Amino acid sequence: MTVTTVNPPRFAKRRRARLPFTVQLALFWLLAMVICALFVDLLRPYPITQMNLSTRLAPPGTPGHWLGTDELGRDVLSRLIQSVRSSLVIAFGATLLSAFFGTLLGFMAAKFRGVVEHVVVMLADFQAALPFLIMSLAVLAFFGSSMLLLVCLMGFYGWERYARITRGLAISASAQGYAAAVVQLGAKPSRVYLRHILPNVASTLIVSMTLTFPEIILMESSLSFLGLGVQPPDTSLGNMVGFGREYLTTAPWIMLSPAVVIVLTTLAISLAGDWLRDRLDPTL
Amino acid sequence: MIRFVTSRLFRAGLTVLSVMTFAFVVLRMSGDPAQVLLGPDVPQNVVQDFRDRWGLDDPIWRQYLSYLQAMMQGDFGLSMRDRSPAIDLVMQRIPATLQLTIPALILQLAFGIPAGIYAALKQGTLADRSVIVAAIVGFTVPSFVMGLLLVLIFAVTLGALPSGGASSWQHAILPVLTMSIGGIGVLARFSRSAMIEVMGAPYIRTASAKGVSWSDVVRNHALPNAAVPIVTIVGFMVGSLIAGAIIVETIFSWPGMGRLLIVSVTNRDLAVVQCILLLVAAVMVVSNLTVDLLYGWLDPRLRQTTSAH
Repeated sequence: MTVTTVNPPRFAKRRRARLPFTVQLALFWLLAMVICALFVDLLRPYPITQMNLSTRLAPPGTPGHWLGTDELGRDVLSRLIQSVRSSLVIAFGATLLSAFFGTLLGFMAAKFRGVVEHVVVMLADFQAALPFLIMSLAVLAFFGSSMLLLVCLMGFYGWERYARITRGLAISASAQGYAAAVVQLGAKPSRVYLRHILPNVASTLIVSMTLTFPEIILMESSLSFLGLGVQPPDTSLGNMVGFGREYLTTAPWIMLSPAVVIVLTTLAISLAGDWLRDRLDPTL
Repeated sequence: MIRFVTSRLFRAGLTVLSVMTFAFVVLRMSGDPAQVLLGPDVPQNVVQDFRDRWGLDDPIWRQYLSYLQAMMQGDFGLSMRDRSPAIDLVMQRIPATLQLTIPALILQLAFGIPAGIYAALKQGTLADRSVIVAAIVGFTVPSFVMGLLLVLIFAVTLGALPSGGASSWQHAILPVLTMSIGGIGVLARFSRSAMIEVMGAPYIRTASAKGVSWSDVVRNHALPNAAVPIVTIVGFMVGSLIAGAIIVETIFSWPGMGRLLIVSVTNRDLAVVQCILLLVAAVMVVSNLTVDLLYGWLDPRLRQTTSAH
């Protein structure tokens, strides 16, 4: 009895839903964020480091400073727009890096099997054995923080997920007719994997990227919040929350506006990602 | 079964070894370990003693072996701060961290799993929707934002709870809440989808068709099968609890291991960082191993294969 009531509404909803209202809102928000990141120089009312000690800690709604100012009289809105850019650029670069290396290692494991496969699995186990935040903190402790290191470090986030997925899918694809056929036709392994197998696993990879992207934003924000990620004078969302924390009692808006942007952005990506997953790959 | 357990143990050992190797490589890449682990103003004889003991004048492979040996004996170097062994400093902080993580884990399990199962059984109802929305909010709000919001509401505005420190049990309320909310959301969402998947399986239909009562179907047929994926995610959550402790202890000035780690990273007190790194890896490996073994116990099919990937 439960079975009959459980399944049909789900399928019906999935077919009917062309673009649910929440997903539209999510996509709209994401578009706004991307525009902020792209046209930061046009949108930003003030330079992010411009101080004005006579308007310190102005509350939101002050003419000229709609989101208020911080402890040095810098405009919160300008810093927010700049922060959206740095957080998105880091997350975007890192997602591409980790998808690239994860897929490469996954394909290599599937192609060569044996020792290569064992090494990849061992590396994945290693990644699973260390919470990523701890590993990043250790690396930052040993090498000190820099923007390049931060992007590379974040680029390690979640590679094992792609590797695991591509390895599994590539192995099962190799057993299927189409891969065997192109191999028989004399195609080189690179051609088989890039031209024939990759397009067939691409949708799963894209869905994984929508899962990793918000997690990277959160990871970078956490590191920056702890004061170990993006360093001043650069600014990022986590970094703003971290500095705003000291003015929690007197000027909570310094911390609240970047916090709201972080939450809305990750929420929007999750909603859009869920919808995409239902469309592209319901098995994930 | 014996083969299953030994292969898991072997992999766990290999993972610990790879974490140690990671620490070794990173440490060598960042400079002279004697300088790095002992600090700049240490007497020459102490440095020489350290070099001899760790064999820093030996070829690199000998160094690697003696490094592993030192790790095994619990010799992680000296803290830069007060020249005491790093391991002692870390050990002093562990009880405080456990005071937060254990209640948080209990709260996550006690609220997350039942909420998810309840939502799955009432799928499509208002109760289900509210669980989903609460879960999504729970895990999209990062813990540092959640913690600051709780401080803003309960400490700054209401003045009901202390905002930082560790002198009474009231001080633990906000940190434990902050740490558990995200995990409750993750567990609720995950248990819900695991349960929904199981409830759609043919054996549930068979059980219902042959007249087993609904509560028996849920208790004897659905729950044991949903337990397998739920146990896996609980294993992962140990890692996020440790990561959460770092942030939460920083927000609430809680004198635990996480705060020690942040202070040590900021001061580049590498001996302490390395010690915490290996300790966390050991905890994670043990918890992953426990999950794997529980998995084998819950799902007899997995005992047959040596690799669960």
